[in-house]
Amino acid sequence: MSTTARIRVDHLTRVEGHGNIVVNVTDGVVEKCEWQVPEAPRFFESMVRGRHYSEVARITSRICGICSVGHTLASVKATEDALGIEVSSQSWKLRELLKHAENFDSHVLHINILVAPDLLGAPSVFPLVETHADVVARALRLKRLAHEWGSLIGGRTTHPMSVVPGGMAAVPTVKELKALREQLLAAVPDLEAAVATVAALAPVVPVFDRPTEYIALSNDQDYGLYDGDIQSLLPDGTTQRYPVAEYKQVTNEFVVPQSTAKYTKNKLDSYAAGALARFNNNYDRLHPEAKKVAESLGMQPICTNPYMNTVAQAVEIVSDVYESLALLDELIATGVELEPLVEPTRYGSGAGATEVPRGILFHEYEYDDAGTCVSGNCIIPTNQNHNNIQYDFEKLVPELVAQDKSEKEMELALEMLVRSYDPCISCSTHYVDVKFVR
Amino acid sequence: MGKPKVAFFDFTCCEGCQIEFTNYGDAAFLELIKHVDVVEFREAMSEKTTEPIDIALVEGSFSREADRARLESIRERAAVVIAYGQCAASGGINALKNHQDDYKQYVYGDDAGQPHLDSQDARPISAAIKVDYSAYGCPVNKYEVLQIVFHLLHGKAPVIPNYPVCVECKRRESVCRYAEGDHCMGMVARAGCGAPCPAYGIPCEACRGFVDHPNVPALERVLVQRAGFSQKRAVEKALMFTANDLEATS
Repeated sequence: MSTTARIRVDHLTRVEGHGNIVVNVTDGVVEKCEWQVPEAPRFFESMVRGRHYSEVARITSRICGICSVGHTLASVKATEDALGIEVSSQSWKLRELLKHAENFDSHVLHINILVAPDLLGAPSVFPLVETHADVVARALRLKRLAHEWGSLIGGRTTHPMSVVPGGMAAVPTVKELKALREQLLAAVPDLEAAVATVAALAPVVPVFDRPTEYIALSNDQDYGLYDGDIQSLLPDGTTQRYPVAEYKQVTNEFVVPQSTAKYTKNKLDSYAAGALARFNNNYDRLHPEAKKVAESLGMQPICTNPYMNTVAQAVEIVSDVYESLALLDELIATGVELEPLVEPTRYGSGAGATEVPRGILFHEYEYDDAGTCVSGNCIIPTNQNHNNIQYDFEKLVPELVAQDKSEKEMELALEMLVRSYDPCISCSTHYVDVKFVR
Repeated sequence: MGKPKVAFFDFTCCEGCQIEFTNYGDAAFLELIKHVDVVEFREAMSEKTTEPIDIALVEGSFSREADRARLESIRERAAVVIAYGQCAASGGINALKNHQDDYKQYVYGDDAGQPHLDSQDARPISAAIKVDYSAYGCPVNKYEVLQIVFHLLHGKAPVIPNYPVCVECKRRESVCRYAEGDHCMGMVARAGCGAPCPAYGIPCEACRGFVDHPNVPALERVLVQRAGFSQKRAVEKALMFTANDLEATS
């Protein structure tokens, strides 16, 4: 218990955006333990003011390069809510298909490129090209599949084009959808091999439990990736649902003096969003093929080890493929036509939510009678996870000290913990109070 | 001689242009890394370098004075600096706030005066350091990026289009957005993207900035007369990705 550690990780690698880890331990006493966010502020909520409703999602998409599909969808859904627009079932299905593509794309990247190096003892994916060529080639093949899948529906995967208020500005042909169906089926062996890799690495996933509140979209029909009410799940299994319009009752953003970002909390000290929160909330409606994989990976709800978020992502990529095959069958059966965009029926305020790879995402806007945006608010999942990461740190560091871990081991354990949340820090719509401790 | 060393650096941006670099697929990506050594890429690797770099791909805009020293150290170490993506090339979408004077108060309220929220106008990185070439676009056209890198590997200067998006739109045989009753900025926007937006049913927002010497008054007139915009909206339309370009042309 005589551990002394000075951990200072500036600009943590293999995460999106800029975050720091600061831990001071002297003779086994934890003096400081912080997760900090020094990302440059970007002011999107201010920039949407004065813009026409057709432009708003094209601006807010630029909040994040990895989840630009999700930002586009949440933004367009909020605008449609504000403008009294209900889109067709065809638009809804195409958007769901695009949502699955993004989830698959981001999770494949995170599992294989950002996390796998830790579990295989390498500093990045580049040395793995020599040592684990098959793992890298498969990851790149799956990544390409995701890119082609999302591009078919959205036009491209970084800042998609076709999703606009009122529907879809462009639609794929049935022939293209059939080709995508074949591509997804052909990818099943790669998918199974990727899951097997995660299964082989599962024993290396650190053991650490901290029960917390899990928040995700939820509905009675499916896994809730694209749409649903907000659901809170407590460690004792009790749940509560809230309409999306009441999101502020759940997020309760607040500022803490020692913090690096606006924090959120609901019923407990902090809550988690992301794949693990979705898995815990929506396990009953997980696709049977994905359930099988969860069982083979030894995962059950309520899973309270945050490091298992990466494993939950592996379960979700299976779900994304099988859910999409079902959507493709429906679209191929009904045929696909370019439909006129649904026009606004009113101008007011509205909120929209969707699940992005890192968790639940909220957008809200108000429009004047000319369709010009007068205010905007975005609450992104990483923002909601910062508080939970901080509480994880505060439980984990003393445990590591008690286990007599070296400074290097502690540093890696903390880096891996942050990485397991797959944070997406550039989504910094309103971070506050960054504090540097030297 | 070893392989040329390539490094990625990020400033104020969404990092989507770095993500585009992971979208080449297995064959192209594995081929590319036979020809270059990626020595630093924070979003994807833990390795870092303090050695000289052959090509630095710098993403994001210069929006904080505090970032100047880091930009200068990249410039000192890099033989070639490429502004990678529109945020680095022109300030990009971040420059939209340059035309608002209350953006800090709007987003941060009473905390707006705190020093860490320092944010000046979003500028291209060329406001801090010399830039050799720019890969335009939001996001970059990943195939154009390959062209730029290949040209440099062969000791040639990359060729960046300086004609409008309309050229590529016609070659793609897309229906003009004006013919569909919509609006568009393709006639003054820099090409090189392949005109994907009109092909997917949405207007060109000039995310690669303007061609040199754009006829901005004509753009505004067309937006008013053919697309029915108010004069105010016509003027503000071009601020989305070209706020700094407009300042340079006025």
